[in-house]
Amino acid sequence: MITKRIIACLDVHGGRVVKGVQFVDLVDAGDPATQAARHAREGADEIVLLDITATHEGRQTLLDTVRRTARELFVPFCVGGGIRTADDAAQVFEAGADKVSVNSAALKNPALIDAIGRSFGAQAVVVAIDARRDPKAADPVRDAEVFVQGGRKPTGRRVVEWAREAEQRGAGEILLTSMDSDGMRTGFDCELTAAVSESVGIPVIASGGAGMVEHFVDVFGRGKADAALAASIFHFGVSSARSLKEELAKAGVSVRLPC
Amino acid sequence: MRVTVIDYKAGNLTSVLKALRHLGAETIVTDGDLALVESAERIVLPGVGHFAATERLDATGLTGAIRAAIARGVPFLGICVGMQWLYTGSSEAPEQPGLGHFPEKCAHFAESTEKVPHVGWNSLEVKKGSRLLAGVEAGEYVYFTHSYRGPVTSDTAAITHYIEPFAAAVERDNVMGVQFHPEKSGATGLKILRNFLSWEAKGTE
Repeated sequence: MITKRIIACLDVHGGRVVKGVQFVDLVDAGDPATQAARHAREGADEIVLLDITATHEGRQTLLDTVRRTARELFVPFCVGGGIRTADDAAQVFEAGADKVSVNSAALKNPALIDAIGRSFGAQAVVVAIDARRDPKAADPVRDAEVFVQGGRKPTGRRVVEWAREAEQRGAGEILLTSMDSDGMRTGFDCELTAAVSESVGIPVIASGGAGMVEHFVDVFGRGKADAALAASIFHFGVSSARSLKEELAKAGVSVRLPC
Repeated sequence: MRVTVIDYKAGNLTSVLKALRHLGAETIVTDGDLALVESAERIVLPGVGHFAATERLDATGLTGAIRAAIARGVPFLGICVGMQWLYTGSSEAPEQPGLGHFPEKCAHFAESTEKVPHVGWNSLEVKKGSRLLAGVEAGEYVYFTHSYRGPVTSDTAAITHYIEPFAAAVERDNVMGVQFHPEKSGATGLKILRNFLSWEAKGTE
């Protein structure tokens, strides 16, 4: 039976893991390679590394970080942040990533999704969507808007419609982050996650807001997520992926155990 | 322990090479040097992406060289599209023939409300006597990511259930294939790769 994935997410900045609330107030949370290895050892089903301040100068640092992190990692490894061209993606794959996640660059140039998919396969392209509910809209969930630049800039695009286009262009998965919930530890945006998951035929990874086990039970049930990203819940020794999955199994969620 | 890894420009070899080296193998990569296939001790054909990419194996002459190596008894492991290529073809690229070592065809998952591609960790029902999957216990998981799959036949070494039962692994003598990614399947995956690296023809030691 297919299991629900628990994905450990490492936000990196200048070669270090950081954690902030709603993308600001960053706190140092360790070395990426060490953290990734620990998460894999402690039962994470996958590792995502997001370079949250990807700059031109930072590219080489990122590639070194990816290479070092991938070296002894034998679970799926996705890297995002600053991937603007198929060549950028090729370098990240060469450094050891299995998937890349594209966000702003894909919105600016949607053909980027097709280009990476053609060279590396759809399974290697994750389209990351930073979403914010639109409280003024008739349907704040269905009309949720796509944001870029770490959630700072609205794009005027609707989340569900963009997710569908990404799928048509050959994305293998959608990584949906609720900017409203991110870092708040108050739970995933299950309504938004379900709206996207029901609109596409590819897996949806829910992100933003995990604070306790019940939040995961909720997003796998009501939220119809295929996988969920966890960052802050792990960083400061709150919990391991294994203990989270043991609790999920008790709640009737199918997870990879033992792991 | 030497492994020849075939590069046919379908996706990314890094993860497969890393896992083989981690297990102590010396890896040799070729994208068309037939001599490296002729002298191969073991062959791994990875592959993520589109079945049409296997056309390059025909164009470079690798198909014939691999066929000859298999006939000599060289252990061969196909991963993902590399496994699908062992059949006669795939509905993903109907014009492109596979190796035809196994007489069936691969096809897209049946219409369903389930998500396709099948992405994530799923379990294996291992057939008794599989040498590739020796030591893999019920309840161990491996990582999949694919939209096409091989049918369950007498050559199937492991079945996985998603939408329908399909061949998660295929095995006949020295020719083996896995639909999942052992290089991304944690300790279980490394165990399977180790089985492949220690595979010896029966009765020739």
